[in-house]
Amino acid sequence: MHWFLFLFYALFAGGGAIAVVLSQNIVRMAFYLVISLGATAALFFLLDADFVGATQLLIYVGGTVVLLIFGVMLTSSSPFSSIRNTPAEIMQGAIVGLAFLTLLISTVLSVKWSQSPEVLSPAQANLSSGFNPPQSGNSSRSIGTALLGVRFDRDLATNAKAMPAASPVHSHGAGTPEHSHGKQGHVHPVPATETLSPGYLLPFEIVSMHLLVVLIGAGYLARAKRSQAAPTT
Amino acid sequence: MISPVLATTLSEGILASVDSPQEGSWSACLLHMLPALGDSGAFFLAAVIHTALVGLFFGLPAFVFIWAERKVAGRIQDRLGPTRTGGRFGWLQSLADGIKLIQKEDLAPNAADHLLFRVSPYIVVVAAFAAFIFIPFSDGWTAVSMDVGLFVALAVLSLEVLGIVLAGYSSASKWSLFGGMREAAQMVSYEVPLGLTAVIPVVIAGTMNLNEIVTMQSGGFWNWFVLHDPFAFLAFFVFFTVTLASNKRAPFDLAEAESELVGGFHTEYSGMRWSFFFLAEYAAMFFVSMLGSLLFLGGWWTGIPGLDRAIVAVSNGSPAFDYFSRIIAMVILLTKAGLLVFVQIWIRWTLPRLRIDQVMTTCLKYLVPISCFLFLGVVTWPLMMLTMFHQTSWGPPLGERIPPSERSLNIEEAPRATGLRLPSGHSENTSSATHLVVAGPTKSERGGTH
Repeated sequence: MHWFLFLFYALFAGGGAIAVVLSQNIVRMAFYLVISLGATAALFFLLDADFVGATQLLIYVGGTVVLLIFGVMLTSSSPFSSIRNTPAEIMQGAIVGLAFLTLLISTVLSVKWSQSPEVLSPAQANLSSGFNPPQSGNSSRSIGTALLGVRFDRDLATNAKAMPAASPVHSHGAGTPEHSHGKQGHVHPVPATETLSPGYLLPFEIVSMHLLVVLIGAGYLARAKRSQAAPTT
Repeated sequence: MISPVLATTLSEGILASVDSPQEGSWSACLLHMLPALGDSGAFFLAAVIHTALVGLFFGLPAFVFIWAERKVAGRIQDRLGPTRTGGRFGWLQSLADGIKLIQKEDLAPNAADHLLFRVSPYIVVVAAFAAFIFIPFSDGWTAVSMDVGLFVALAVLSLEVLGIVLAGYSSASKWSLFGGMREAAQMVSYEVPLGLTAVIPVVIAGTMNLNEIVTMQSGGFWNWFVLHDPFAFLAFFVFFTVTLASNKRAPFDLAEAESELVGGFHTEYSGMRWSFFFLAEYAAMFFVSMLGSLLFLGGWWTGIPGLDRAIVAVSNGSPAFDYFSRIIAMVILLTKAGLLVFVQIWIRWTLPRLRIDQVMTTCLKYLVPISCFLFLGVVTWPLMMLTMFHQTSWGPPLGERIPPSERSLNIEEAPRATGLRLPSGHSENTSSATHLVVAGPTKSERGGTH
């Protein structure tokens, strides 16, 4: 059943993406994009990552695509505007796309999937983690604490490769999760230092500040035209 | 995802003997009764049952509210409304409407983008339907129980806009285009205060699970989050106003403004596709009313402590009594939601429609700052209480104000997805520290397995 659902949604995600590329009509492209992004969200749900899946739905399907269609409706001169590509544009797109595909494939192949669970030793934290059993997906608490640099499922205080038999520290960290302050929120093996992990909060804040700057810049660009036009008239 | 949960109580007696890791699920129950099904078969059948039940709750209230809308509109305008179809009060009017609409020809304009024109009513209906999957109809009766239930429900409901915008665009009609554009502009801006006010109960309860949020509001109407503090009180009214706008209800129904835009985004639609839009609208009305009652109005609690205690006590009798008590809880919740829907109808027929610039001003210049302020206020409320009264809440912590029922005690033994989960691992914390319950019981207080 799981495999069937995975294949089903993967087909829709891939097929929608191909349809976006092949379609000529912008609004239809947006519709196929919805199919592709929605199927990706479904794949997240299938992986029990319900928070990520819901975010995908809210931000990309509900927000970005609606804005895209809204922009087309505001700007297009003909009823159903379509895009005709020149061969040069197709070549450019193909090169960029293939470059990203190579990057993606090389990244996927470089990760040693069989080892990744053992990079950080698992911890049995004092955490029944919410209302639902974990198999029905409750990732919000773990995501929230990982954002702050605390992880309940992994013992960040010990490095499994460096100290395979670190039982006293391990049990200490397991008893009180707040004490298992780790070094880095990443899965990579890191040398054991005594610094407190900032978690993912700092990158998150940097990205959000970046978006704010972009927003203000866009607002400034939109206003500049109007103030230029005012003195001439 | 679908397997854990929904109802289960009728079969609780059977379930008691099932030693499955997910004993509360329909699929486990079905597998026990019909071993021939196999894992996939039971899973599939459970999914079908869930879908059918949720579909019932999606369709039937919409049916009732379409009739109620006509009746209430008639009364407000000093006439009778439907009187003949199906007896004295015209209560079969919705069915008659449905039969009439099925008979109509399924038209599409020649100039329209046929694929998108045909598909957009389905997007709207599926989005409104899917939002119901995450709503608890009674204590533990939810098709998919998630820790991020509220977030997912709002995310799914926001997809409804997409169908309406696509419908407006693909009709190749000026009226429809204007309707679609208004809807897009309105929804993109109103989602901000909607999200901010929906987060306020989450901040108070400390969870996004709707079932848990309602559990926190047990024990008297003064524990409902609408009366939790002044900010939450105002937040409920902001939330209600915003949901009116997000459902395109008057005075915010600019997307279909009949007097200016003929029918707005659905001008070119006829027959069943047209009625899909209306089915979705009434279902969404019911959905946001359910959400409002779950988040702010105490969900399935009556608000009278004695009565709530009695219902919980009844549920301890036997599985049948437990089922019965949950039915009562569902009736209470549906009554609250129905009252909110009635207020929505009432507002529609008594207030004039705003202009589009007024709608945008209301949102961007008033509702967004107000909701930001209310959010800040709710976050700082425990601190204000602490500085003024040296405690963050009076009485026992939220969620402990009604003695837990037997089923929740069972859950403490074997964590399950259904039913109440009141904190019982609290005892060691009460002895150690003062009752500092900032924004509901914290992780350690809620306890569970130690």
